[in-house]
Amino acid sequence: MDKHSWAWIHRFASPPYLYRVAGLLTPWFAWSSLLLMAIGLYGGLWTSPPDYQQGDGFRIIYIHVPSAYLSMMCYGLVAAASAIGLIWRLKLAHAVATAAAPIGASFTFLALVTGSLWGKPMWGTYWVWDARLTSELILLFLYFGFIALGRAYEDFRSGDRAAAVLALVGVVNLPIIHYSVVWWSSLHQGSTRFFGTDAEIATSMLIPLLLMLVGFTCLFAACLLKRIQVEILERERNAAWIAEVLT
Amino acid sequence: MSRALSAIVGRDLRLAYRHRGELATPVIFFVMVASLFPLGLSPRPELLSSIAAGVVWVAALLAGLIGQQTLFKSDFEDGSLEQLLLGPLPLEAVVLMRVTTHWLTTGLPIVILSPLMGLLMAYPSEAMGTLILSLTLGTAVLSLLGAVGAALTVGLRQGGMLMPVLTLPLAVPVLIFGAQAAAQAAHGEDPAGALYLLAAMLVLGITLAPFAIAAALRVSLES
Repeated sequence: MDKHSWAWIHRFASPPYLYRVAGLLTPWFAWSSLLLMAIGLYGGLWTSPPDYQQGDGFRIIYIHVPSAYLSMMCYGLVAAASAIGLIWRLKLAHAVATAAAPIGASFTFLALVTGSLWGKPMWGTYWVWDARLTSELILLFLYFGFIALGRAYEDFRSGDRAAAVLALVGVVNLPIIHYSVVWWSSLHQGSTRFFGTDAEIATSMLIPLLLMLVGFTCLFAACLLKRIQVEILERERNAAWIAEVLT
Repeated sequence: MSRALSAIVGRDLRLAYRHRGELATPVIFFVMVASLFPLGLSPRPELLSSIAAGVVWVAALLAGLIGQQTLFKSDFEDGSLEQLLLGPLPLEAVVLMRVTTHWLTTGLPIVILSPLMGLLMAYPSEAMGTLILSLTLGTAVLSLLGAVGAALTVGLRQGGMLMPVLTLPLAVPVLIFGAQAAAQAAHGEDPAGALYLLAAMLVLGITLAPFAIAAALRVSLES
């Protein structure tokens, strides 16, 4: 093994490098997200047929499913970045976690809102204490705790590390919370099999959904990169390279 | 090492005994919160007995967390926490002892008083053993979780309100299974499953929480 084959990864620990890379990548992700979501929405709202049971009401999945997936994926990202920051003392990893948390909280909120809008015609009520809804709500609380703790410290370095400890405690707890509320009560429909010969979703519905999933992920990446740039600017505001970049 | 640790336990217990008035606060809070429910809902015995398990559990959860806020505060302010950190003992062992003594002085009184609250809430007396057992296991887990929150916020001015915000979401599984065990026993069902899960959470907490608490304290002391 060439010991230098991983050397490129260290460059991401340099704020000016990460700032530049994030700036270069943001438009690519933003435009592909716009394109994919436009096609996906067209496919989802016009070309795919109404559901045999739920009618047109099912179409909210094109927003709901990507938001719910991102809400959980983002917590994983926050926890992974926090762990990297704590273990290797990488300050920029904490910046990534701080930048990602509010986006994750927004997607969690969006998943809750779209879910409850869907619940009104389907279940007859905006809110039920169902397992998935409840664990999504608790996930939102965990995001709030992470964001609040990070901001409560006057010195952002301490805030970073305190919030990182909390994120790791939360990620150990998350499966326990999830299964405890699943055993407690469940009304949400089970997971749907997407692929294979026994797929439970029509191809005309699946393709727009996959487009929306990828489009939302690109949107998430674009927001995250932009927020990382802002976070770096804020943290490095006294560094000399900032003046060069901004002029 | 065991001698040093037992000296710490002895010091904490003696300190707690000399401030007996402070010890009563979480217990009084527990009784008050639980007695708010009949006032707010309705004093009908059939209603009370159907919500008794949940009410006693929620009250114990809140009282436990309120009691946790001061866990490291005075040691942080007078600098003894710093000395413990610099000392030769592993901080993980020290905090585990600290949480144990704190549970003995705040969790245990709540557990002892819970049959009385069950009585006031028309909880069936033949199920009282399960209520006590579920609270014993559950308050111990809550002490460990609360200690993480207390350690993270000990250096903050506005830590008082923040600490429950951090800890309450993590305490949800404990509440679910604790209240479930107590409710199942009240309905004459077998509560073993929920109690085993609580015990499993306690084992997991004892193994993992000291590391999180110690890491959190190191962050708080460096800032």
